[in-house]
Amino acid sequence: MTIEQVQSEIQSAIPGAKVEIILNPSPSAQHSLLLDHEHVLAVATYLRDVSELRLDYCSNVTGIDWLPREKSEKVKVKNLVEGVEQEVEEVHKTVVPGYLEVVYHLFSVEKKHGPVILRLRTEDRAAKVHLPSLTPIWRAAEFQEREIFDLYGVIFDGHPDLRRILMWEGFVDHPMRRDYVEPDDYEYEPTPHDHVLQRSREESGRH
Amino acid sequence: MIDEQLKIELSRQGIFTTTLEELYNWGRKNSVWPLTFGLACCAIEMIATTMARYDLARFGAEVFRPSPRQADLMIVSGTVTKKMAPQVVRLYNQMPEPKYVIAMGACAISGGPFKQGYNVLKGIDRYVPVDVHIPGCPPRPEALIHAFMTLQKKIDGQHLSGADRPRHLNEALPSEFVVPEYGAHDLEPRSNDLVWPLPMSKAVTQG
Repeated sequence: MTIEQVQSEIQSAIPGAKVEIILNPSPSAQHSLLLDHEHVLAVATYLRDVSELRLDYCSNVTGIDWLPREKSEKVKVKNLVEGVEQEVEEVHKTVVPGYLEVVYHLFSVEKKHGPVILRLRTEDRAAKVHLPSLTPIWRAAEFQEREIFDLYGVIFDGHPDLRRILMWEGFVDHPMRRDYVEPDDYEYEPTPHDHVLQRSREESGRH
Repeated sequence: MIDEQLKIELSRQGIFTTTLEELYNWGRKNSVWPLTFGLACCAIEMIATTMARYDLARFGAEVFRPSPRQADLMIVSGTVTKKMAPQVVRLYNQMPEPKYVIAMGACAISGGPFKQGYNVLKGIDRYVPVDVHIPGCPPRPEALIHAFMTLQKKIDGQHLSGADRPRHLNEALPSEFVVPEYGAHDLEPRSNDLVWPLPMSKAVTQG
């Protein structure tokens, strides 16, 4: 079943579900489906249970942190230049706000096919980082959603046991975020060079 | 002290002479019981060292004790994460004197390939005193055996009295070390000044 077929199957089975195809231009051509928060549980249950797909195995859940980025588009605009109408190319710059993304890779052990890739996006990177948890559908997602919560800060609503898994309780911040600042824990290295050498000179001057 | 030549002569006549110190150290160095304790891939090499091909039993160290109360040696075999470090120090504190530490592999001695990471301790020697460091990733069983023999030599050379007597015979020296606590971004304290004075950093940067 192609990704377009999966999309139309979902849309006909669950009315109102927004399913957007995110194309993958690389040779692997593993296209994915972007789902909306409201219908994701219904869609996931459908994908797991429908007899043609039977995606019974969630092999991998991963997180991506997208920073706000500038998108530039070239637009041809008609302008009056010295009284003569000319077509001029203008560059329009728009800022795409940042968000956190979670990617689910689904396979079917029964039908021996896959992967079908689902994506979910949060509204932003600060306050609205809630996503519905798919652990009730695929139990395999439990630890991986905990890891994403720990390292990216996505809050999964409906997760049975959402705690940090790699870092300790009381740790502040999420280390896999792109703007994460590491603790300033410079230490001696046997062969310092570049900024490490610079830093070690400063350190030794301080003592 | 008995003359070495006289000692040899006496042994030829069937008379065995020794000192309490020699007997004491001989007994200790041939019954170094390690703690059953592995952290990462180095532990696999440690396990291999105890098996038939490398046979750590030749050195009297085959009895891995599951309790720190019965162990003499802690082999820190593998990556010490910041989350794991307090437990490692606590296990060390629970071992009775005399106790020794072998830091096995690049991670245990310096953080290794994860030195720049946010959750890996840059060497266990900043919280507990390490007797033998083994480089390697992971070190081969021969390297661990060599570390054992180095430790045995060290034990053999210890004096029961005098200013240079080992820590377990000197009441003034501590046998327990501060267990670091989880902070907001890093462990508190970041190192124990009693065992980690960073002696080389000044020499390298000023030279």
